[in-house]
Amino acid sequence: MHTLLTDYFPILVFIVIAAGVSGAMLGGSLLAGWQKPYPEKVSAYECGFEAFDDARRRFDVRFYLVSILFIIFDLEVAFLFPWAISLGHIGMFGFLSMLAFLGVLTVGFVYEWCKGALDWE
Amino acid sequence: MILTQIAFYLFATVLVLSAAMVVSARNPVHAVLFLILGFFNAAGLFLIAGAEFLAMILVIVYVGAVAVLFLFVVMMLDVNFTQLREGVQRYAPVGAAIGVVLLAELVFTVARWQVVPHPAPIAAGNGLPPGITNTEALGRLIYTDYVFLFQACGLVLMVAMIGAIVLTLRERPSAKRQDVSKQHARMPADTMEMMSLSLGAGTTGNHALAAGRDGFLRPHDGYGAVADEGGPGVRAPEDHEADHHHGA
Repeated sequence: MHTLLTDYFPILVFIVIAAGVSGAMLGGSLLAGWQKPYPEKVSAYECGFEAFDDARRRFDVRFYLVSILFIIFDLEVAFLFPWAISLGHIGMFGFLSMLAFLGVLTVGFVYEWCKGALDWE
Repeated sequence: MILTQIAFYLFATVLVLSAAMVVSARNPVHAVLFLILGFFNAAGLFLIAGAEFLAMILVIVYVGAVAVLFLFVVMMLDVNFTQLREGVQRYAPVGAAIGVVLLAELVFTVARWQVVPHPAPIAAGNGLPPGITNTEALGRLIYTDYVFLFQACGLVLMVAMIGAIVLTLRERPSAKRQDVSKQHARMPADTMEMMSLSLGAGTTGNHALAAGRDGFLRPHDGYGAVADEGGPGVRAPEDHEADHHHGA
C-alpha cells in the first residue's frame, strides 16, 4: 500500500510542476500584459464583415455513434487487463468465461459491421 | 504520510470545486471540461484509497471516452442559452421542491452517521495476501466467482452497441459506399472491350461502340463504387452533373 503510493510520487511531482508552469504562464500574461479590452476588440473577427451566425453549430449524430462504439470497445478492453494478469490463477473456467464474453461482443461487432456503422460514407 | 494527507485534501478540494463548477458554469462545454478535471481528481482519490485499477479505468474510460461523448452530445444538442434561461422563472418552484426533498434526504442520512471513535487502519492491504496487486485481486474474482454478472456485462454492452446503431444510423442514399465484394466481382469484360483496329483507322466515338463496329476503351464510371447497368456507351455529361448536385 505504502509502496504503491511511493510508486506514484513522481506523477504527483509532475502534476505539481505542470500546474505551476501553466499557472505561471497564465498568471504572468494576466499580470504583465497590457490589457485594455473594448467591445470591438473582443468581438469575433470575420475578415471584415459581420459574423453571419453563431460558431456553435450542430454536430452530426454520426460522431456520437462513433464515440459510443469506441466506449463499448474501450470497456471490453478494460475487462481484458485483470483477466490477462490473473490468467494463471483462474484456470480454464476463467479463460472460457472471457471467451464467452468476447463472443457476445463479437456478435455485436458483426452486426455493426454488416449494418455499415463503421463506414464513414 | 503527511504528503498523502496533503494530496488527499488537494484532490478532494479540487474535486468539490470542479463539481460545483459543472453545475454552475454558463457554457456547457466549460461544464464538461470541469467534469474532466473532476474525473482526474477522483482518480487521484481512488489511488490514495489503494484502488489502483479503478483509478486507471476512470482515467481511460471516463476521461478518454465518456467525456468525449458528453462533448459530442453537448455540441449536438444545439442548446440556445438565452431561450434556456427564459424558462427559469417558470420551472423554479418545481426545481426548488425537488431540491428540498433531496436536501431533506441528505440531512436525514448525515444525521444518522456515527463517527467511529478509533477507526482501524485500512492501509494494511485491504485483506489481500501480500504480493497481490489490486488488478490481480479483481481478476481472480470477476471471471470465476462473478461469472454471471460478467456475462451480463457483456450482454449489456452488446445491447448498448445495437441500440446506438438502431437509434442513430441513417441510410444516406446519396452517399457512395465502397463495396469490396462488388469490386472484386468486377470483370474486365464488364468495363472495357479490347478491339483491334485496322491500321490508320480511328474510332468514331461512343456511337460506334453502340453500333458494335469499332471499339475503344470505354470510360469508367467510378471503379466499382456504382454497379454498371451494362448499357452501351457512357453516361451523358448531364448525368454526372446531376449526380454531383445530388451528392452535395
